[in-house]
Amino acid sequence: MRIFRAEWRKLRRPTLFFGSMGAVVAVTALVVSLLFLLIDSEMGNADRGQRITRDILALPSGISIGFSSSAGLLGIVALCVFAAQTAQEYTYGTLRSLLVREPRRIRLLIGKYLSMGLFAFFTVMFSAITSVLLAFALSGIAKVSTNAWTTSEAWTNLFETFVNVLVSTFGYGTIGMVLGLLLRSPISSISIGVGWLFIVESILSIAWSPSGNWLPGSLLSVVASGGAPIGVTDVPSYSEAFIRVSAMITAAALVTGFMFKRRDVAS
Amino acid sequence: MTAISVKGLTKSYGDLVAVKDATFEVPLGTICGFVGPNGSGKTTTIRMLLSLISPTSGSGEILDEPISHPERYLSQVGAMIEGPAFYPALTGAENLRVIATLGGFPLERIPELLETVGLSGRGDDKYKTYSLGMKQRLGIAAALLPNPKLLILDEPTNGLDPAGIQEIRDLLSKLAKEGVTVFVSSHLLSEIEMISEYLVMLRKGEVIFFGKTEELLHRSRPTIVVKATKASDLKRLKKLVDEVGHPALLEGAELRIDADEKWGAELNELAFENEIVLKQITPVRPTLEETFFTMTEE
Repeated sequence: MRIFRAEWRKLRRPTLFFGSMGAVVAVTALVVSLLFLLIDSEMGNADRGQRITRDILALPSGISIGFSSSAGLLGIVALCVFAAQTAQEYTYGTLRSLLVREPRRIRLLIGKYLSMGLFAFFTVMFSAITSVLLAFALSGIAKVSTNAWTTSEAWTNLFETFVNVLVSTFGYGTIGMVLGLLLRSPISSISIGVGWLFIVESILSIAWSPSGNWLPGSLLSVVASGGAPIGVTDVPSYSEAFIRVSAMITAAALVTGFMFKRRDVAS
Repeated sequence: MTAISVKGLTKSYGDLVAVKDATFEVPLGTICGFVGPNGSGKTTTIRMLLSLISPTSGSGEILDEPISHPERYLSQVGAMIEGPAFYPALTGAENLRVIATLGGFPLERIPELLETVGLSGRGDDKYKTYSLGMKQRLGIAAALLPNPKLLILDEPTNGLDPAGIQEIRDLLSKLAKEGVTVFVSSHLLSEIEMISEYLVMLRKGEVIFFGKTEELLHRSRPTIVVKATKASDLKRLKKLVDEVGHPALLEGAELRIDADEKWGAELNELAFENEIVLKQITPVRPTLEETFFTMTEE
């Protein structure tokens, strides 16, 4: 708990907390706005030029589509925060101060992780609230019926989407933390993480589609969408994706944690 | 009970031996200077004591707890290693709150500690706006947060002006009087000489002395510096003292004779018998710096 609270003191500083939440709100607002305002565009109104029609948006799940479409961007935020908060302990030299106060290294990592997890929870919550409010606000302009959005089925769906997006955000965050511990530099960990998950994986998936079944970024987007993302086929089921990506991330976290426990802190 | 006790502590990086078979003890309630040339293994030793790096071999105890179980003693140890390290975007006080929260120390001590290190008016300023001296003071405040029994400081006076150095020296002396053991590494040997009762000296990763500072200084050969009314007589006096087994060195208008101050009377008599009038006889003990250079030179 001490470690959690100490880490939270760093995460709650206004420029980081409100800056990140502001970015999340802005990005979610952009995604939801495009979804509703480009509903009649032939160029599409969703990811990869997909068209999400009024009929689809009018379903009980329609209220969650904008939110789940923002999951990748929430993942970027989580990856950046987790990687930066971890790697900066090396670049600032503060890791040695932390370890003098808490020499049980795995406890230190777990405390930091939980604190950053709370931060990630807030990003997902702010995104969810923004997307729902904006969906209602824009439904009139886009002439989308909201009758089904107030049913219990819609709220159950929204809750499930929230959990899935949260799990996927935690997944991206864990990858960020692992990279931060391995590379010990915020810039390297963020650029390699974002570059791999959002650029290299896309290229690999296009070049050889079955690779998407095993790439962590693709699997996390399946988890965030609660199954195959809209317009995407030939991907593993939700449970397969969840098990595969959980196994990969858990293994990476365990190996990195073991290395961190044993590694000399000489900087 | 000793504050620090290490036996055969060794740290190797491949073929490079950073610390070799270090064995020393630091008694409780003293200020112990930790000196050695750059690269002699001081920081590596401190890192091993704080469990930041693991020794290749050897053992050690801090406050009677083995260094393999740092969780048993670190709550009673304050430390600043390789200069201060804090989060630039946080204020000085908030940085201390992070450390205090992590260590489970009372936050109420923070204003008092900021005042102790002379930062009471700047606690709410961001760390990135601090000068080097202020950062150093904040590092010392952070080290004092646990109300430590043992304080380990690596170059605490770096970046401080003479007044700041004097304040830190007074603070360390005050802490020692209160029973805190201070283990301090510094390249300012005159400072160490002024405050340290004990000394651990390293050269190329090996401990070449540990014990009372006074003992080390007494171990060094004293000299008697002589001036004559006629400078030309010094050459003759040099020959005379050389003959009685006290090598001497003529340096300008001074003759430096390898001899204890007790020999001063005999020297005076010898000069008188040879019609040499001395205008000054000064016994000189080597400073720690001179002793250090003698002991650490190749």
